[in-house]
Amino acid sequence: MEKKSVLERLHETQDKEKEKNYISEQKASELLKENSDSLSHIYGVATFYTMLSVKPRGRYIIRICRNLACHLENADSVAEELKNLLGIGFGETTTDGKFTLEESSCLGMCSVAPAMMINDEPYGNLTPEKVKDIIESLKAGSKK
Amino acid sequence: MDVNMQTVEVKINGQSYNMNEDMTILEACESVGIKIPTLCYLKGICEEGSCGICVVEVKKFKALRRACITKIMADMEIFTNTPSVREARRTNLELLLANHPKDCLVCSKSASCDLRKLTEDFGLKESRFEKTRAKDFEIDISSPSIVRDPNKCILCRRCVEVCSKVQKVNAICIANRGSNSTVSTSFEKGLGNVECTNCGQCVLVCPTGALTEKEYIEDVWKELAEPEKFVIVQTAPAVRASIGEEFGLPAGTLVTGRMVAALRRVGFKKVFDTQFSADLTIMEEGSELLHRLNSKGVFPMITSCSPGWIKFIEHFYPDLIGHLSSCKSPQQMFGAVAKTYYAEKLGIDPRKMVVVSIMPCTAKKFEARRPEFDSAFNYWQEKGTIKDITAFSDIDYVLTTREAAKMIKEGGIDFIHLKDEDFDAPLGMSSGAGVIFANTGGVMEAAIRTAYELVTGKSLEKLECKSIRGLDGIKTADIDIAGTTIKVAVAHGLSNARILLDEIKEGKSPYHFIEIMACPGGCIGGGGQPYNASEYSGTELRKKRASAIYKEDEGKKVRKSHENEEIKALYKEFLGKPLGEKSHKLLHTKYTKRGI
Repeated sequence: MEKKSVLERLHETQDKEKEKNYISEQKASELLKENSDSLSHIYGVATFYTMLSVKPRGRYIIRICRNLACHLENADSVAEELKNLLGIGFGETTTDGKFTLEESSCLGMCSVAPAMMINDEPYGNLTPEKVKDIIESLKAGSKK
Repeated sequence: MDVNMQTVEVKINGQSYNMNEDMTILEACESVGIKIPTLCYLKGICEEGSCGICVVEVKKFKALRRACITKIMADMEIFTNTPSVREARRTNLELLLANHPKDCLVCSKSASCDLRKLTEDFGLKESRFEKTRAKDFEIDISSPSIVRDPNKCILCRRCVEVCSKVQKVNAICIANRGSNSTVSTSFEKGLGNVECTNCGQCVLVCPTGALTEKEYIEDVWKELAEPEKFVIVQTAPAVRASIGEEFGLPAGTLVTGRMVAALRRVGFKKVFDTQFSADLTIMEEGSELLHRLNSKGVFPMITSCSPGWIKFIEHFYPDLIGHLSSCKSPQQMFGAVAKTYYAEKLGIDPRKMVVVSIMPCTAKKFEARRPEFDSAFNYWQEKGTIKDITAFSDIDYVLTTREAAKMIKEGGIDFIHLKDEDFDAPLGMSSGAGVIFANTGGVMEAAIRTAYELVTGKSLEKLECKSIRGLDGIKTADIDIAGTTIKVAVAHGLSNARILLDEIKEGKSPYHFIEIMACPGGCIGGGGQPYNASEYSGTELRKKRASAIYKEDEGKKVRKSHENEEIKALYKEFLGKPLGEKSHKLLHTKYTKRGI
């Protein structure tokens, strides 16, 4: 079997932590020997990539695109609405552990700007109203 | 010079030169007397070109080139002082200064800070750029040896590279990205809670005050001012070969007598020598080796003097700790003997005795704090003389060579013009074998001098063991002792230690006895020695210090540990015999499997 890279293994590790979406120290230590002989190296990789986190996050990671096309299509008002709805700022997690709000570089969805992703699902043509509906339905648990 | 090496013609600031084609621009310029400033480059160790200070102009290239990582080429025309070079260097320096605290007056690295010196050299008056960091980083004080202040860090990466390449410890990394990058330990646990060996090589190469030793200068001054305290000091062998550098003397100046005189003037009641307990170590360790040979013990046996090395094996090769000699390091043997034998001899309450060590080493600070090193306390408990509940340590404070120099300076002592003075008796008497503990190969050579004579009963004709001297990473020798060939190996720098340990792990190690020291060059290259980052990649500085050590050895009347009269007296009056019951309790120790 071909040896997987530290990055691949970190993604797998994080994906398994569905509720908290992060890489714990213990899980990172389990990658020692097989992928790297140093925990600091693993930590360096895990903190370099924004898709990875070493701190517990929410069940849903909301990544709102902060690039130019989205900005011109009023992404700021969408972002403000998200902050109001969730009561958190960027990089923060709601106290119930459900949502984490993050900024993202271009998601490649300029044609449907402003855009965001929630976990692996893309959302486009956003308005503050639409965002409210999406969050409400996630809160109600009707969506995965 | 390599005969196959092609030379090429280059122009530097308009002058033509013939240069070896494998040179970098930085090396080419230095060879003709033009020093290119840099804050990150360490030849062979840190060659990332991250600081951007070394830029030069090269004709036909649009952008400026980083001199440290650009090789010269035929007909290259290099300019080192054009307006665009000066402007770029100054701008890069200003950017580095934007987030750097301006507390140089009270920074412990102040006098030896490369960043401060460069700012002075550039004649920079201010930084045009404002601080961008919203919140300051927490200072990492989790280690008893090393303090890490990320606010002063300029992200040169020297520390990370040294920890990874020279030591293969990888206790630190660059965490996060872009403007959020910092040097960090895994999961921000702090140096005291990760596999850091406290060797302090990172401290030696740090160009700012981001990495320094944890200072205990104030604590020692306070103790010296207590009238009922009996404060004594021991000085490690390597200190006498380097502390002169702190007072402007050339590297390699041996200043033993002046150091003793200075410490006496600082106020220490007695000035003793760790070389005394180095001789004691040889008595115990040599006997242990012979005991293992006779009882088919664990081989190879490995020395245990270097506390960085000890923590390294406890973390990375915990299954091999049975190979370690059970002997304490000379520092710890000294403390145990001072607070028992010597205190008893003088009729001093050991609780009133304060033992200060001056070491070339940051890891010794950690070693002194190991909970198991309270053997003197246990000795007095068993005797029934002291019935306290709180234990006292064998060693109270450890100062680096640099801290000792600071105390001497603060004490207003005219170090340069002092007349030589002798160490106090009895714990200041040592043989030449004790001296050479400072150099890589020295412990082994000292052990051979004694083991040979103990086994054969004959006098060793040639004391110098040249094949295990010098700065090769791993040195080996076959020693014939009464018809038995003892195979020995010596490694310095923990990346070299790994090679010998992997051999043991694979069952392929042919050796009986191995000496390992954590720092390149041994203690003379220790993390507590005077700063000189620009000499770090080279061998000159270590060679000069090492030759000062060998000079002291050559000048000693007694050059073998077992011939040290005070050591003989110690065994006769107090310890009994090597590996005896008292020795076992006071001079030997156990290790901890730490893992990673």
